[in-house]
Amino acid sequence: MSSEHHDPANITNPEHADHHIVGPKTYAIIFVTLLTFTGITVAAAFVDLGILNPIIALAIASTKAVIVILFFMHVFYQSKLIKLTVASGFFTFLVLITMTLSDYMSRAWGLW
Amino acid sequence: MDNAIAVAHDTHAEEHHHVALPQHRHHFETEQQQREAGTFGMWLFLLTEIMFFGGLFFAYLLYRNWYNPAFVAASNQLSIPLGTVNTGVLISSGFFMALGVWAAEVRKKGLLVIFLILTTLSGLVFLGVKYFEYKEKWEKHHIPGANFDISEFVNPPINPKTHKPIEQPLAPDMAQKTQVFFSLYFAMTGMHALHMIIGIVLLGWLTWRAQKGEFSSGYVAPIENFGLYWHFVDIVWIFLFPLLYLINRHPGS
Repeated sequence: MSSEHHDPANITNPEHADHHIVGPKTYAIIFVTLLTFTGITVAAAFVDLGILNPIIALAIASTKAVIVILFFMHVFYQSKLIKLTVASGFFTFLVLITMTLSDYMSRAWGLW
Repeated sequence: MDNAIAVAHDTHAEEHHHVALPQHRHHFETEQQQREAGTFGMWLFLLTEIMFFGGLFFAYLLYRNWYNPAFVAASNQLSIPLGTVNTGVLISSGFFMALGVWAAEVRKKGLLVIFLILTTLSGLVFLGVKYFEYKEKWEKHHIPGANFDISEFVNPPINPKTHKPIEQPLAPDMAQKTQVFFSLYFAMTGMHALHMIIGIVLLGWLTWRAQKGEFSSGYVAPIENFGLYWHFVDIVWIFLFPLLYLINRHPGS
């Protein structure tokens, strides 16, 4: 960046999100939500739903994780750079799962 | 004040006539830029952690599908009350940590120290419960290795009311595979516990610095970035709990 476009306060090119302070009330709501979901996931484990049991357990766990990431970890209030970074991490993890699993599945194709 | 370093370069005195605050070092243009750079770096570290735990989760996914009966029987050995209580303890710990970040942002030193101590105490309670869970596995010879005992999976105890086994009996070769479950159980919860132990050590250091007032005059980054780490460890447990403790809790149906 040349000195004539020097922009220390990020006014003409505001790439950094405003800093947002999350208050105790929001945290308390998140806290109660997380405890509620924990109760639901334990209760759901005792009901025989067949193939749906692990799906529900993982859906609830993922919901809890997203809530923690967005609010306890402030990603909801962060800039696009941080949001993209976080999303790319989980995307890469999904690539790891998908590609490794497709390898394991295709090697024993038709033998299960 | 030990975190405000007065910068007085002789040659650049006119251009750099400012005080370098820890939340605004002179190589950053603004405080927001420094803060975002720190958050970005912390998230890059957490991405490596996602991949690290991701490998363990993948191993779990694969072996759970290969040796499902063994995983069901072994999972039912874990205590749901202890696991649920520990989940609640860990969520509380994360809640206190989040409040600690808030206390640092609004510059309340006393509250910050209190919340950091509460975070530490919840973490210690979690590890204490984990100790008793591990101890029970040790006593029942459910630690994988030469002394592993499969008898409870081959001949499950009889329920006195129904006079039926409380669990589906496993053939000896499948019963051996419960060792795979317990290996993953100890690897995953052990790695998680190690992260918590590291976190508790860091919390002690941060509490000491917070007590000196380092984080209650606008410099929040160490508290905030440690919070990211602590919440990440919470998220790992949020997945470990249903995957290890709640595989199949309705035997006989």
